[in-house]
Amino acid sequence: MFLKNFFYHMGRYTIMLGTSFSRPEKHYMYYKETMRQMNDIGIGSLVIVVLISIFIGAVTAVQFLYQLDGTLVPVYYVGYIIRDSTIIELAPTITCLVLAGKVGSNMAAELGGMRQKEHIDAMEIMGVNTAAYLIMPKVVAALVVIPMLVAIAAFVSVIGGYLAAVPTGMMSDAEYIQGVRSFFEPFNVVMMFVKAVVFAFLLTTISCYQGYHVRGGSIELGQASTNAVVFSDIMILLADYLIAVLLTG
Amino acid sequence: MIRAENIYKSFDDNEVLKGITTEFYPGKTNLIIGRSGAGKTVLLKLLIGLHTPTSGKVYYDNVDFFSLSKKEVRAIRMQVGMLFQASALFDSMTVEENIRFPLDMFTSMTWKEKKNRVNFCLERVSLGKVNDNFPSEISGGMQKRVGIARAIVLEPRYLFCDEPNSGLDPKTSIVIDELIKDITVENNITTVINTHDMNSVMEIGDNVILLYQGEIAWRGNRDEVLQSDNETLHDFMFASPFLQQLRDSALQK
Repeated sequence: MFLKNFFYHMGRYTIMLGTSFSRPEKHYMYYKETMRQMNDIGIGSLVIVVLISIFIGAVTAVQFLYQLDGTLVPVYYVGYIIRDSTIIELAPTITCLVLAGKVGSNMAAELGGMRQKEHIDAMEIMGVNTAAYLIMPKVVAALVVIPMLVAIAAFVSVIGGYLAAVPTGMMSDAEYIQGVRSFFEPFNVVMMFVKAVVFAFLLTTISCYQGYHVRGGSIELGQASTNAVVFSDIMILLADYLIAVLLTG
Repeated sequence: MIRAENIYKSFDDNEVLKGITTEFYPGKTNLIIGRSGAGKTVLLKLLIGLHTPTSGKVYYDNVDFFSLSKKEVRAIRMQVGMLFQASALFDSMTVEENIRFPLDMFTSMTWKEKKNRVNFCLERVSLGKVNDNFPSEISGGMQKRVGIARAIVLEPRYLFCDEPNSGLDPKTSIVIDELIKDITVENNITTVINTHDMNSVMEIGDNVILLYQGEIAWRGNRDEVLQSDNETLHDFMFASPFLQQLRDSALQK
């Protein structure tokens, strides 16, 4: 039963993706919708991403200072640890998990609502390829904007770490900056963007799949929204592990 | 003309349509009537390809609809307009944007040409100065009219209306019915209306089929309704004792 369900949903998901990435009826309409989505995803999520990133950086700084206290590890390592842990893991993963909750559930609810109010049927009857018009702009917008949000999150996390560690006197300004500038590996930034792009694709397509195929009433819409977040989170964490194994192995 | 040929449709073990064969004519208002659960909406959605039949065929001017490629289906759908039961206007767009949407998507008209076409359609449905309103800011009857304006903006050859009078008062219902009838005759459109409103049957029923438990129980036009001795039709049309008395007195005259 589980396998049957798995293959059923994988099949439908693949067909939806195939239909989504087809030639637009009118490029301008798709461009307009993509811009709208970029604004919704990017500007709409900026505040929460910045807030979360500040606290992630701050908490990482405080906890590493606590753990390194009394050891022979130099204090400036805290800056280095914050930089690399945010770039490699925390910025892409935590940001995308948060976006799965905010953007993903919103996409599922929007598409599900359109399905239930017959908006999707209305477009289908007009001759619009609804999978393409409603899903492709969301995916393209996410693939462009989410890596930008992740880069901002990484930068803000390092500042958050600084704000938690330096003004409070836990370490000096020079030590923190020395740590941030030490042992820099440019490939880690590549890894961050690879993760951001893969996670963005997963969270948008899974959420759109859940919303696009909603049947029933408000309970089913709620379930679709929840499923969008739960399945996106699980797939993001699974992809995180696979990318880590592939790119660091 | 649209022709349905021996249509069967089942959902799991539930057979909703059982061998429907009928024709819908251009320039006429073709009505599908019947009680709730009779299969009207399923038949309508099947005619426009939102459902696929378990067996049977649908022909648009002798073209087998379900044998067409996706591209060919879209080409036919661009000749189709549809008015939904709840109007299905896009909430985030203004009235003008709603009506302009098909023009934006499928035509190369200039902004001014689109504007003129939108205004023409709004005037045709007797609506003025609501261009910048959102659907939530206008009444149910006005929403239906905007739905009709959007349905006719691309000058369709086929018009489908799903319960166009649901939720409307009797007076507004008649206005909507007459509007659909006028547009059908003016443009020689094949119009298919799904309704259980007996006023609509008596006002605009050029070609009526009555569905009962998934089968066609009666067919005719509004002039034949009163004279018919079909029990299923009478049970549906003259459901209350008051309406039965009215029918009897009309027949006596």
